[in-house]
Amino acid sequence: MKNSKLSRRLLSTPYAAWITIFILIPLGMVFYYGLTDRTGAFTLQNVLDIMSAEHAKALWYSLGLSLASTLICFLLAYPLAMILAGMKVSQHSFILLIFILPMWMNFLLRTLAWQTLLEKTGVINMLLGFLHLPALNIINTPYAIVLGMVYNFLPFMVLPIYNALAKIDPNVVNAAKDLGAGRVQTFIKITFPLSIGGVISGITMVFIPALTTFVISKLLGGSKILLIGNVIEEEFTQTGNWHLGSGLSIVLMIFIIFNMVISSIFDREGEGTAL
Amino acid sequence: MHHKCSDLKRRVLKMKKWGTAACIAAASFFSLSGCAGSTSGENGEVIVYNWGEYMDPDAIAMFEEETGIRVIYDEFETNEIMYPKVEAGAAEYDVICPSDYMIQKMIQNDLLAELNFDNMPNAKENIGAQYWEQSREFDPENKYSVPYCWGTVGILYNKSMVEEPVDSWSILWDERYKDNILMQDSVRDAFMVGLKLNGYSMNSTDAAELETAKNALIQQKPLVQAYVIDQVRDKMIGNEAAIGVIYSGEAIYTQRENPDLEYVIPREGTNVWIDSWVITRDAPNKENAEKFIDFMCRPEVALKNFEYITYSTPNDAARALIEDEDIRNSTIAFPDLTQYSNLETFRYLGTEADEMYSELWKEVKSE
Repeated sequence: MKNSKLSRRLLSTPYAAWITIFILIPLGMVFYYGLTDRTGAFTLQNVLDIMSAEHAKALWYSLGLSLASTLICFLLAYPLAMILAGMKVSQHSFILLIFILPMWMNFLLRTLAWQTLLEKTGVINMLLGFLHLPALNIINTPYAIVLGMVYNFLPFMVLPIYNALAKIDPNVVNAAKDLGAGRVQTFIKITFPLSIGGVISGITMVFIPALTTFVISKLLGGSKILLIGNVIEEEFTQTGNWHLGSGLSIVLMIFIIFNMVISSIFDREGEGTAL
Repeated sequence: MHHKCSDLKRRVLKMKKWGTAACIAAASFFSLSGCAGSTSGENGEVIVYNWGEYMDPDAIAMFEEETGIRVIYDEFETNEIMYPKVEAGAAEYDVICPSDYMIQKMIQNDLLAELNFDNMPNAKENIGAQYWEQSREFDPENKYSVPYCWGTVGILYNKSMVEEPVDSWSILWDERYKDNILMQDSVRDAFMVGLKLNGYSMNSTDAAELETAKNALIQQKPLVQAYVIDQVRDKMIGNEAAIGVIYSGEAIYTQRENPDLEYVIPREGTNVWIDSWVITRDAPNKENAEKFIDFMCRPEVALKNFEYITYSTPNDAARALIEDEDIRNSTIAFPDLTQYSNLETFRYLGTEADEMYSELWKEVKSE
């Protein structure tokens, strides 16, 4: 008994060291900077600064755009996940591969590719012009930012939902049919409730990166729309006010923790984590 | 501030937008990877902290070969990212290449060492008198810094889209160019334009003046296609916009790629910036650091770097060696500054003013 405990402890050492060095210490530093001023004295001012007009507006914008993209991702991903789950193994693994393939390329390159596509003189507008269709002018608007978020984060919605759906025992669905449930009723009463864990995980995995992004708004929004991620980034790279940057990060963390608590309530079996 | 982020320069330039992507990718994810090796050269080492892609790698190799001093080379993206690392002493650097106002801040905070110019004959000899003079704005006695690159900020416009002659910042407020204007996406560069337009100093800390500049920038925002840093270059080359605010070092390259582009220094005045070599106060290898700076001031080495990065060199001897007459006499690379009025160099304004600028800039951006 004792021996196995010891070996377990030894085996967990690398993980514990990893967590300490790369998560706990940096997190501690964020809290230290966020809760002190330049003289090192304790203050809540950096956190409360989220209420200032510009910061609050940036936060609302971030929340709005990330909620919109999460919703769109969900509406696109659920049917796709159902189609995938209904396929034979040989078929769906190929389609999944195609779906994941772009993720092997750097996220920034893919976002920049969208810029090239959407620009006034970009690929899409050249094609539209060639076909004598009106030009598409969404670059440097919130629509382009939402498009970028949906494009980049969609796989994170599809995969957990697909995992959850694939795990559903076909016998449960068959039993519902035997007992006279229609397609719609089976979906509402059986399939959807059983996949809710995957849905919640998907929402978390799309919502959090969308809420905190600063690159997408910079590249596709022409930096004209200030998201909370941009505010924090600028505090570090331009203004050099690490205290305010950290204080605002703490506020963002509150939203993220809130989101994770909800997801852990629904996702007890940890379907989403089985990526 | 951002006049040369990491991407630029020849090899990557050819890749256009992908080059910029690589820059941002590198900026965001890898930040700065120190190449901390273990072996030092036969004559020790020197630790250099420079802007991204701001030197021909061959120049470093030549220095190492000739002196037997190993160069440990590290890069930064913005002055503001560089400063805390140096201040905290988290990493020991010998030679750094900050911009004007940041050098002033480092002098004020006692982070720099006085230079021994007897060890740097090439610096004394080759750097033009006017650049030493200009440096006095941030290094009043020319004790701490040796100019490395300099330039102006101006308007790049596309002659096929803008027919009238351009000579004023006010063109950036012209309704006819709505959605065709690119502004710089950094606080002081943007406010420089707003302040100069109204005839104020770009180093103003006067609340009323800054308020006027802010309102001008807010008024301009609906006309702006995008706030960009490096991308102004690719977008202007690709005819994506008619007018852009750009650093002069980029202008020669963009003109080469798109002959419709023209660069002007507006009559209201602009920013004349200098990036200079400095040595940290506690530099572990001060002598090697001075050797390094002196080497970079040799005419042929400075020429090599100029050809690689295209930012104007303050090295008069190097300029004389430029073979292409058009470039040697280019009014973009080497403008006669006496012809312009109200030219200024950024000064460090203190924490309070920095925060005021940042606050006002956020008001512009969140409008």
